[in-house]
Amino acid sequence: MSDKKAVSRSERAKEVETLLPRVDVFEDKDGILLVADLPGVPKDKLELRVDNDTLTVEGEITTDMPEDMEAVYAEVRLARYRRAFTLSSELDTARIDAQFRDGVLNLRIPKHTHAQPRQIKVKVA
Amino acid sequence: MYESLLNSPGSWFADFDRLQRELQQDFATIGRPGSIRAVASGAFPALNVGSTPSAIEIYAFAPGLDPEKLDVQIDRGLLSVTGERESACPPDNGTLSVYANERFAGRFKRTVSLSDDADPDKVEAHYRNGVLHIRVMRRESAQPKRISVQ
Repeated sequence: MSDKKAVSRSERAKEVETLLPRVDVFEDKDGILLVADLPGVPKDKLELRVDNDTLTVEGEITTDMPEDMEAVYAEVRLARYRRAFTLSSELDTARIDAQFRDGVLNLRIPKHTHAQPRQIKVKVA
Repeated sequence: MYESLLNSPGSWFADFDRLQRELQQDFATIGRPGSIRAVASGAFPALNVGSTPSAIEIYAFAPGLDPEKLDVQIDRGLLSVTGERESACPPDNGTLSVYANERFAGRFKRTVSLSDDADPDKVEAHYRNGVLHIRVMRRESAQPKRISVQ
């Protein structure tokens, strides 16, 4: 029990050391659009994971800084982004479409076709 | 009631956790070198400034911009970056819900004061992976020189 606690605490400590990317989340009748700002992350350092109902976005900042550079002033102080989202069951994680360009991630998560709204006709008997 | 709160999948406590992390990131700026033109955390684009013996390196974390529309100017020792970013919000046809709208949209301008030895004629700017990197060279005369002892 206490072991388990210690693990979760160190995991939390690790989590604190990442930047939280800013996101926009929109929903329409077909699905969800998630837009995330991940400036400085090249395509090969972007990691997207879906684990059960959790979507995790992670990325590592790689900028070509000269070796002899001294930091004078910094607003971005960490080199890793991480953010997790809980997805609901009507979303179809198998058909997620991801596009990443100029540090902006566009994720389209469609709804299962059976979960999309249908007009129900009321029949008069 | 309490049981349902504790069982809510992730949302309640995750949001609290997120708030705490955001606060920590905001307060982390206290006690570090700051600039007189520094604005509250969350200003767009975020800036990092570095210094090497030969140049001043500025990194603006400005994702999703058209480099053609970025305006970088140096005027009397002040370097400014101006531009505009459009909202990612899709057109609303009556069924759109917005759950998070944290990303910056609109016009922006950020200014950095350069040191006296900056050479405004020797500036390079590159836009890569959403980061604008500006390198302002220092004047030759201001660069450190090794003096040979006779």
